[in-house]
Amino acid sequence: MDHEKLHRLIGAVKSGRLSRRGFVRRLAAVGLTAPMATQILALAGAAPAAAQAPSGYTPTRAGGGGPLKILYWQGATLLNPHFAVGTKDQDGSRLFYEPLAGWAPDGTLVPFLAAEIPSVENGGLAQDGRSVTWTLRRDVKWHDGEQFSADDVIFNHEYATNPATASVTIGTYRDVKVEKVDDFTVRVHFDKPTPFWAEAFVGTRGMIIPRHKFKDFVGDKSRDAPTNLSPVGTSAYRFTEFKPGDIVKGERNPAYYLPTRPYFDTVEVKGGGDAVSAARAVLQTGEWDYAWNLQVEDEILKRLEAAGRGRVNIVDTGNIEFIQLQNTDPWTEVEGERGSVKSRHPTLTDPAVREALNLLVDRKAIQDFIYGRTGIATANYVNNPPRYRSPNTSFEFNIAKANEILDRGGWTRGAGGIRAKDGRQLKFVFQTSINAPRQKTQAIIKQACQRAGIELELKSVTASVFFSSDVANPDTYTKFFADMQMYTTTMSQPDPQIFMEAFVSWEASTRENKWQGRNITRWRSEEYDRTWRAATAELDPIKRAALLIQCNDLVIQNRVVIPVVARPLVSASSRTLRDSLSGWDNTFWNLRDWFRDRQS
Amino acid sequence: MLQYFLRRLLVAIPSLLGISVVLFTVLALAPGDPFEELATNPAIPPEVRENLRTQFGLDDPVHIRYVRWLSAMVQGDWGYSFVSRVNVDDLILQRLPTTILIIGSSQILALLIALPVGIMAARRPYSVFDQVANTLAFIGFSLPTFFTGLLLILLFSIALDWLPFVYRADIDATGWRWWWEHLRQSIMPVLVLGLFQGAALTRFVRSAMLDVIRLDYVTTARSKGLPERTVINCHVVRNALIPVVTLMALQVPAVFGGAIVTEQIFRVPGIGSLLISAVLANDTPVIMAVTFVLSVLVVLCNLLADIIYGWLDPRISYR
Repeated sequence: MDHEKLHRLIGAVKSGRLSRRGFVRRLAAVGLTAPMATQILALAGAAPAAAQAPSGYTPTRAGGGGPLKILYWQGATLLNPHFAVGTKDQDGSRLFYEPLAGWAPDGTLVPFLAAEIPSVENGGLAQDGRSVTWTLRRDVKWHDGEQFSADDVIFNHEYATNPATASVTIGTYRDVKVEKVDDFTVRVHFDKPTPFWAEAFVGTRGMIIPRHKFKDFVGDKSRDAPTNLSPVGTSAYRFTEFKPGDIVKGERNPAYYLPTRPYFDTVEVKGGGDAVSAARAVLQTGEWDYAWNLQVEDEILKRLEAAGRGRVNIVDTGNIEFIQLQNTDPWTEVEGERGSVKSRHPTLTDPAVREALNLLVDRKAIQDFIYGRTGIATANYVNNPPRYRSPNTSFEFNIAKANEILDRGGWTRGAGGIRAKDGRQLKFVFQTSINAPRQKTQAIIKQACQRAGIELELKSVTASVFFSSDVANPDTYTKFFADMQMYTTTMSQPDPQIFMEAFVSWEASTRENKWQGRNITRWRSEEYDRTWRAATAELDPIKRAALLIQCNDLVIQNRVVIPVVARPLVSASSRTLRDSLSGWDNTFWNLRDWFRDRQS
Repeated sequence: MLQYFLRRLLVAIPSLLGISVVLFTVLALAPGDPFEELATNPAIPPEVRENLRTQFGLDDPVHIRYVRWLSAMVQGDWGYSFVSRVNVDDLILQRLPTTILIIGSSQILALLIALPVGIMAARRPYSVFDQVANTLAFIGFSLPTFFTGLLLILLFSIALDWLPFVYRADIDATGWRWWWEHLRQSIMPVLVLGLFQGAALTRFVRSAMLDVIRLDYVTTARSKGLPERTVINCHVVRNALIPVVTLMALQVPAVFGGAIVTEQIFRVPGIGSLLISAVLANDTPVIMAVTFVLSVLVVLCNLLADIIYGWLDPRISYR
């Protein structure tokens, strides 16, 4: 189905000539899945705005819910969203601060401080894609009683973009200009047409801090602000106590702008300890209500769940555990640089070898025996939101086929059964970080490769070295001085544009950029660069989704990477807790909708 | 005496300097980067990391960083946490009460076990009581705390559901309930640490007692016809306690340092858990401050022990 026909159908839905169900059915007939069809409608602005509550919140009055007790095995260490590096700090800040809009689990926007989500229909989105206008709620008060207004929003932009503040949100704000239209309207300007406009003031990096508390602490003085440690926000719970790394506490905000929310009287987030015992405290003893990020073997989780006091939540994300294949030569120095973009990998650049390796990764077994519910075998690099998931790929595990491809490619078995061509043997160094599931995965792949005449030398590096940015250390993942490597990369937004920037040629990680380029495989393809560039400028959401899917397909077809398993977020809730989680936003993005269902 | 004290203090300065140099160099050489999380997040531009590194002076050579740290420390500025962006002394002071409470009570528990059991065992060596006490003591100090901690959790929290295993420094309750909640959550960590310490201390008290009990003046006291209770309490225990007191003085730094493993298991927000999270996050100023304060305490408590020793036993003179 071409996009023109699609547009006609969408137009029909908008004008009411075609029902939404009819639209989904027609798309299903040409092989598009129902979630994808629904999301295409949402993209084109024909879906009901996500303004409805995304959870089934039933309490009819605020308060009366008692305490909500949450366990984090890493406690929040600071509560200023502009300094919050890790999820734990962002989550801690999100207890008290809110952005203009948050990301729902399906990758659509839900308004918080904004009165509505900007769209072309309501005039919020400029036709040329160069600006977005946010209308703010007028009934929002800061926890100290001050009125929230457009000045606060403007101030956050100033605060974050001042280089001396050293905010971690600077990347989100520095390329946009912000203009105050009136006291409750703010316009964000982009210097070029920007199809993905929902970054500034949205989601994890969009929380708004109060101007009246921070205006004297911009730049160098930012670290002295007392409000860094005792936040004054707008959310449903207001701050009571904070001890870095240990505990964050809040109480119900009686002046919250949604009348029936929140349900709980107090909220407490306790840090420290380890993931397994956190799971135990929720699933087995029921002492706590929620445990965050349970990187625990699924088998243990299942055993704890058997106690019947809680359940494990599996939330879709775009995070993926994948294998990168080297393109440059990591073993010879060119002009004093290993893995120089001027070199070519002697054996791995042969498509036959890459094809064979792709057939030798037994994803099904890795899911079944290692990750369980916490890792889903996949053929795609982009797996979520469903509207960007490519339908054109598939994976299989087939040693015989791999052997056949290598035979055809002229790789013949030599000494010790290892294949070779022109005196070059298929021997690869396969590195990853030290982490039990990764070592097990390495072993499974090594075994399969052995049967196809490829020898893998397994290498594992301590996580603190592997993931560090230490320029002097040769074992970091950004240097990738090996033939293959495996780790998980995270997708922080429900849009693959930045995620897919990791394959454009100008981002190649080299000595020149101190190995900070995002293209770690150092793969370079003109076709890919062109497609990605086109996607970043395409304002039509459907054409853009098609371009981004094409980006994914190029990466997969050229075997630049071999996806292994998609990694959902795993957490645990007590049986009675009704939470509202999203893989695209912080755990507490919608804490105002959490409640306890006494019936169950 | 004063002269001796001053001389010891002066000698302590170079050793403290040496300790700080070693700590600082080891931390500087260790792999890892406090802004590691920034590096793996694609949404954060590399310049932010560069900027932070310059702001915190991480790109300067090691010796310059050391001199800067030392001069600040001398002026009472303990540094600034990279991760929390607050002053290190605030962080430490927040954690100190919990640590002192938990480790202090476990030390008291250890003493309460070790003294009577050690004395009773030494009064009748190789009796049934002595054998049982010895066996238990051996078991006690050969089981690591992380193991006993998990065993207690499995028994009291999961099987019996009597005690909570997540320690909360702040409890929303007042009056008796507050005390009761605190007691309930402290039982397991205090028990784990107290039994471990107590087991080792029991062996120590016993052997100190045995050393004294066979001395001539004890025989003299007995032959004078003094009751056994007076002999033990006034003549034996008092002298046998001298080395025990020294040992306890040397334990004081441990009280401030917390117990890393036990604090982690029970989520006790003490100095130990602060240290371990700082190590994991490569938060150098916090690691430096905690370890350095501990080494100062070790040096000072050694000095204190020497002085108490002389006060308890006038035969030792200071020159």
